[in-house]
Amino acid sequence: MAFLEMKHVSKYFGSVAANVDVNLSVEKGEIHALLGENGAGKSTLMNILYGMYAHSEGEIWLNGQPVRIKDPKDAIAKGIGMVHQHFMLIPALSVIENVVLGLKENKAVLDLKAAAREFSQMAERFGMELDPWAKVETLSVGAQQRVEILKALYRKASLLILDEPTAVLTPQEVKGLFHMLRQLTAEGLTIIFITHKLNEIMEVCDRCTILRLGRVVRTTAISDIQDKQELAALMVGSQVELLTQKPPAHPGDEVLRVEDLSYVDKRGIRALDQMSFSLRGGEILGVCGVDGNGQSELVRCITGLLKPASGSVRVCGADCTGADPRMILGQGVSHIPEDRHKMGMIREMTVNENLILMSYRTPECQKRGFLKWKDIRAHSQALCEQYNIKTPSVLERSGNLSGGNQQKMVVGRELDRRPRLLIAMHPDRGLDIGATKYIQRQIVAASQAGAGVLLVSTELDEILELSDRILVVFEGRMMGILDRSEATAERLGLMMAGARQSAG
Amino acid sequence: MTKTWQERLRAGLKGLYFPVAAILAAVVLSSIVMAILGFDPLYAYQCLLKGAFGNTNSIGETLVKTTPLIFAAVAFALPMRCGIFNLGATGQLYIGAILGSLVGVRFAGMPAVLHIPLMLLAGFAGGALYGVFAGWLRHRFGANELISTIMLNHVAIQLLAYCVAGPLKDPATAATSTPQSAQMVASVKLPVILPGTRLHAGLILAVLCLVFYYVFLWKTTRGYEMRVVGLNPGAGEYAGMSVRKNQLLAMLLAGGIAGIGGCVELMSVQSRLIQQFAGNIGFDGVAVALLGGNSPVGIALAGILFGALSAGAGRMQMLAKVPNATVYITQGLIILFVVGRELFRIRSRRKNKPSSRTAGPRSMEKEAV
Amino acid sequence: MLDWITNFLSSDIMTATPLLITALGAVYSERAGILNIGNEGLMLTGAFFGATVSWITGSAFVGAVAAMAAAMVLNLILAFFVITVKANQVVAGLAINTLASGLTVTLNRLIFGVSTTVPKIDVFDKVAIPGLCKIPVIGEAFFNQSLVVYLTYLLVPVLAFVLKRTNIGLKIRSVGEHPQACDTVGISVTGVRYGTMLFAGALAGLGGAFTSMGQLSFFVEDMVSGRGYMALAAVVFGNYTPVGVMGACLMFGAASALQYRLQTTATWIPYQFWIMLPYVITIIALCCYRKKSNRPACHGQAYAKM
Repeated sequence: MAFLEMKHVSKYFGSVAANVDVNLSVEKGEIHALLGENGAGKSTLMNILYGMYAHSEGEIWLNGQPVRIKDPKDAIAKGIGMVHQHFMLIPALSVIENVVLGLKENKAVLDLKAAAREFSQMAERFGMELDPWAKVETLSVGAQQRVEILKALYRKASLLILDEPTAVLTPQEVKGLFHMLRQLTAEGLTIIFITHKLNEIMEVCDRCTILRLGRVVRTTAISDIQDKQELAALMVGSQVELLTQKPPAHPGDEVLRVEDLSYVDKRGIRALDQMSFSLRGGEILGVCGVDGNGQSELVRCITGLLKPASGSVRVCGADCTGADPRMILGQGVSHIPEDRHKMGMIREMTVNENLILMSYRTPECQKRGFLKWKDIRAHSQALCEQYNIKTPSVLERSGNLSGGNQQKMVVGRELDRRPRLLIAMHPDRGLDIGATKYIQRQIVAASQAGAGVLLVSTELDEILELSDRILVVFEGRMMGILDRSEATAERLGLMMAGARQSAG
Repeated sequence: MTKTWQERLRAGLKGLYFPVAAILAAVVLSSIVMAILGFDPLYAYQCLLKGAFGNTNSIGETLVKTTPLIFAAVAFALPMRCGIFNLGATGQLYIGAILGSLVGVRFAGMPAVLHIPLMLLAGFAGGALYGVFAGWLRHRFGANELISTIMLNHVAIQLLAYCVAGPLKDPATAATSTPQSAQMVASVKLPVILPGTRLHAGLILAVLCLVFYYVFLWKTTRGYEMRVVGLNPGAGEYAGMSVRKNQLLAMLLAGGIAGIGGCVELMSVQSRLIQQFAGNIGFDGVAVALLGGNSPVGIALAGILFGALSAGAGRMQMLAKVPNATVYITQGLIILFVVGRELFRIRSRRKNKPSSRTAGPRSMEKEAV
Repeated sequence: MLDWITNFLSSDIMTATPLLITALGAVYSERAGILNIGNEGLMLTGAFFGATVSWITGSAFVGAVAAMAAAMVLNLILAFFVITVKANQVVAGLAINTLASGLTVTLNRLIFGVSTTVPKIDVFDKVAIPGLCKIPVIGEAFFNQSLVVYLTYLLVPVLAFVLKRTNIGLKIRSVGEHPQACDTVGISVTGVRYGTMLFAGALAGLGGAFTSMGQLSFFVEDMVSGRGYMALAAVVFGNYTPVGVMGACLMFGAASALQYRLQTTATWIPYQFWIMLPYVITIIALCCYRKKSNRPACHGQAYAKM
């Protein structure tokens, strides 16, 4: 008899089906993978199990008993713990405050010292060193993840759900995590591991359930799987070509030169330390590293959103160090920002209004300060067709578009300006495979047309597929630039974890 | 933006649903309050309506009350569109009026076509300076503009009190009477546009102000920048816009418009500066802007409604003996229901087009006012 | 001179008290993530109901209880709109202020008419603490005040302790910082926020009652005149901690006390400028930029459960 069984579970958001008739059966002590594309319904299913959503239909059996989990409190009481993709830790509080938060055993006046002692013992048992009094915001992402796992274990979890736990880790940290997961299962814990990364499943999981468009495609033992290609086919529903075809580059003139660029943030931390590199037209330079190692600051310093502490930035020969963003954009720079909701688009505005965000001051869009809405509308319609942006009308509120179409809107707007330098940061994060491939093709096409592309991504596969050269960053420093031919996932992984490599 | 008139009409009618629902709910609730207090709400509202629309004179009176509300509402709505809360219309109006009165009590005999614009200009300058000061405090020192503008209102109220009791005091009045400034000269008196009423040309200025508001925000590049900055400052900076400059300009324009509003009052119904001569106009303007959804047409309609409430309240107090302050109960409830419009959303989630939303949950969405 | 200091201190504490009571409640609701612009209206409601019920029953205590209850009801309405309906907190707060202004003025005119004679009401009596009140200079200022004043200053360390060390305090801080994280560990974000709003309402009501029964002994229309906003400014300036807020309120109180003193003595400056003083000081306090603020991360945002 299975430890956990979800039977015929369905979940609808309005008329949108997130999960349809899902059957999931997990054995005690196994690491069970939940595999699927973005939007396949993995997180929804686990949020149902954790009591964050109520399911529309179906039932959940735990240890042979039917259970009703109506909120996370229930889930915790039944021994279910979940580590969310975006950590549910409060940065301004200490580790131990985060751990005891909401425990029903808490007394009116907290005894944090006793809790800290217990917590430290537990951490030691799993070979982890964590200062219970440290503020969470001072911890590395890896350490925060360990806090999350210990927080669940502190609540006596016997079933641990991990939602995309490796997305924020270096390959070496991933190894450490896997080691820990095996240790946990050895102690009798059951683990559900949500991912869309095939390698990881092959490496650490015992069985796997594949979801596609909210439905279970198959549950299978990993030992029965031939190779990654087979899993990928199950996941997306057809034989997919995993690689985007990237023809060799024909580098032209230098479009970007960064020299000794440093940036010190508000907390006094050197977020960028002496970066130097150059990029030529027609070339794609991949910047890889774990999130938060200076990529964001690098891009912002180049585009003028941050003022560097020292060093210089030259775009197409012009000195742009610390220049106004408008002047830099005027040099022929396009920027696909890391977070479209925070920067790239205005959700409350129409598609039309979003498409002129960068060009509203050009003579095509305005005359003596007055916008030429008629011309703008015609041009926007053309853009929507050209970049395959699916919208009922250019007057539709852009927030109503699907994520993929929103991103296409941003990408289309930026590429329409025929940039000489294209800075693309996580251009396809959170999109499904179709949209991802589309955007990757557009970026490759832009480089073929002569643009120099600075591609920032945390997905090693994407970096390896698209880049001509690869720059690895770690804690704001440059660990080296590798030619595509010398780069392997192994080698990049080591560099991402701080091992310096000389090129060649 | 070009839309067919059918599209516009449909959008307009759809836009009316929430405000109308809010007004109805507020009226019903305040009727209940009135009934509890022992009044006859039906009779009270009857008096109020008669007082507001009963005859030409009362319609004129309603529009007289509407005029300053529109200026005050735009003074709130414009910065709001740019992401800054300006609760300082009262102060800006007073400072504008003080400066305007300096022009208004002098230069008797100057042609009206020169004198009136000159006084409006002075009012604009005064209000604009006061408005931009609050914006500057926010950007230079991080002072929350919500509280600072309110504090500046109190400062301006005292400044006005000082002016009418001191430097601007009309030497002709007795020492014992209420302090007031000298009378504005005849050449700045706005003409009456509806004979037999007090309705003056200030209404035309108010309508022009709304036209300016619309054209500026929706037809110009600067207005576009302001709206982008207001809705998503991150996107604004990303596109090379300056949040600071836009917000300062918004406060400057808003303060200036409030200042003009103050001058218009001096040129029409108030002919002298007196203490607190604008009463609650500043905050009523906020209510008008909110009820009108910060849109030009909405502000016009809401301005007429609040003008009517204000004009009708006198008659209601006289005949139905309901204190005119009850109007503020209704007004407060209207804003509450406008901003809490989710209450009236007909729960028809299933009608949502599947394409319009990804399968995930709705994340926290910051309510755009 | 010493007399002057005693008077000044006494007046400082008197004027700081209503601000402080209100601000202490606001610290809790602000920490839980709610920006309560409605403080002004809550104080006004408290001032009116305190004075009126005290007049009717002849007991300042009953008046104070009524003031707290009335402000709680009003804040509950606000809480419903900003927490449950997820309305914009600033706008809803403004609406509450308008509502309170209309309600108190209407009721005031109904009950007391427009007569100019001030009805006699029972107020918070001063209670001298034996011994301590004999200390020179400060004794009279600190230890000859009403019970409400003593209570308020006793509340400061208590509330600081609760916020810092107790289970409920941890919940309140967490809810403002990261409501979703609280949700995942089974804390009811809504419940905690309603709780702090009720508490803040009660204190703001008492703060208002102190203006009409401690500082004055009658109700005047719109008598709060910006002090609700000042209390909010005190919360910001006091960096969202009870002790810091006490410092801020005493500073604002000092500005008011100075104003009262100097209005009569330094007549070479027009009195209107002295009335401005507390408002100007508040603006200056707002301008004091703080590098490390305790302002919660999700301040002013409604929380929509997934």
